[in-house]
Amino acid sequence: MTADLHTLAGAYVLHALSPEELAEFERHLSDCDSCALEVRELAATTQRLGAAVATAPPPEMRVRVLRQIATVRQEPPEVPPERAGRVRTRRIGGVIPRLVLAACVAGALLGGGVAAWQYQEARDARDQAQLAERSNDELMGVLTSPDVVVESTGLDDGATGTVLVSAERDRAVFVASGMAEPPAGMVYQLWFDDDGTMRPGGLMDPADGPTGSAVLMDGPVNGAGGMGITLEPAGGSPQPTSDPLLVMAFPEAG
Amino acid sequence: MKEPVYIGENPSTAPDLSELLVRVAQGDHEAFGSVYDAMSGPVFGLVRSILRDPAQSEEVAQEVMVEVWRNAARYRPEKGSAMAWTMTLAHRRAVDRVRSAQASSDREQRAALLEHTPAFDEVTEQVETRLEREQVRRCLRTLTELQRQSVTLAYYRGLTYREVAELLALPLGTVKTRMRDGLIRLRDCLGVTA
Repeated sequence: MTADLHTLAGAYVLHALSPEELAEFERHLSDCDSCALEVRELAATTQRLGAAVATAPPPEMRVRVLRQIATVRQEPPEVPPERAGRVRTRRIGGVIPRLVLAACVAGALLGGGVAAWQYQEARDARDQAQLAERSNDELMGVLTSPDVVVESTGLDDGATGTVLVSAERDRAVFVASGMAEPPAGMVYQLWFDDDGTMRPGGLMDPADGPTGSAVLMDGPVNGAGGMGITLEPAGGSPQPTSDPLLVMAFPEAG
Repeated sequence: MKEPVYIGENPSTAPDLSELLVRVAQGDHEAFGSVYDAMSGPVFGLVRSILRDPAQSEEVAQEVMVEVWRNAARYRPEKGSAMAWTMTLAHRRAVDRVRSAQASSDREQRAALLEHTPAFDEVTEQVETRLEREQVRRCLRTLTELQRQSVTLAYYRGLTYREVAELLALPLGTVKTRMRDGLIRLRDCLGVTA
């Protein structure tokens, strides 16, 4: 079976397979490294066949193409395989801008400034980010989730709070930007807003880095309608002991 | 139609198409102009060898070049050269056009497409890219007749391997095998590396 499929490599690069065989071969290709190499080489070979019949197109075509591209939107790069499969099946229009934002957030978090949704890079930067392994995985999972929704609010002092929620994972990530250091002995505490009742959502631990960090909120969203932040004594409180610095409704999914 | 055509990836003079594509992906129109100049000849020539009809060929070649603009960010250098990527796109588009003409059961259109497809030698008469053409022609001669026909009927005419088998009255398995070992022999003769 495998040997038989392997012989399709030639017909494959020549686009000479039926749609069914094409699908079958591509499945095979995805876990056959030697086939993938052969396909690359044979495709490079057919390219030479093509180049051998090069013919200058009419000069007007250049003008038309250059005019046309001015009105054509360019596709973003594909996201890596771990998450890409699910992203592609979604409505691209609604999802990509959020992913881009999520990537920016992740980039800021990890100090890479690059597409940190690239999972491998996130892993490499893990130590540097000094985040617990599990919660970082979970955090990246939220940031890269195809259904992530995003909401931002400005605070009085010019700081910005951004919350990203994935309904699928039932988790939320809060990102603060430009927030002042908490006073000595105090800590920022996050809360889920369960219809008016505040449920502890974790601390923004200064040990996690400056307040430009992303924090995976403790526990599931579990239907909470929003979140808030208060200033609490070090170690946090079972319920808020001060007025919230910020209250945000979670964005609606999708 | 007789002006010289630039062929990409001539090591001494070619701009680095992969680098140019990176800039194209960032929305660089000037880089796209260079990519167009390097690629439009091979693209148009290949599409025309498959479709023959000049107006259709121009239309499809134009679509391919716009596709290069649109999808530049999807190009992955580790999967092959920029030129191979583009030519794969061009071949796929031209073949799709042939097959949709077949699917629409427009017999006249189909007949026109197939009848007017010249043999490889005739196609290459119109090409100014002599070195490339000569080398490819020489290497094609190292193939067996069946290998050569299987490869060129699929590549330059856009036939499926089943159609090739039908046309040459050969078993399907034979054609499949000839396509692969024919291309492997070509690869070795041309010194192609991935």
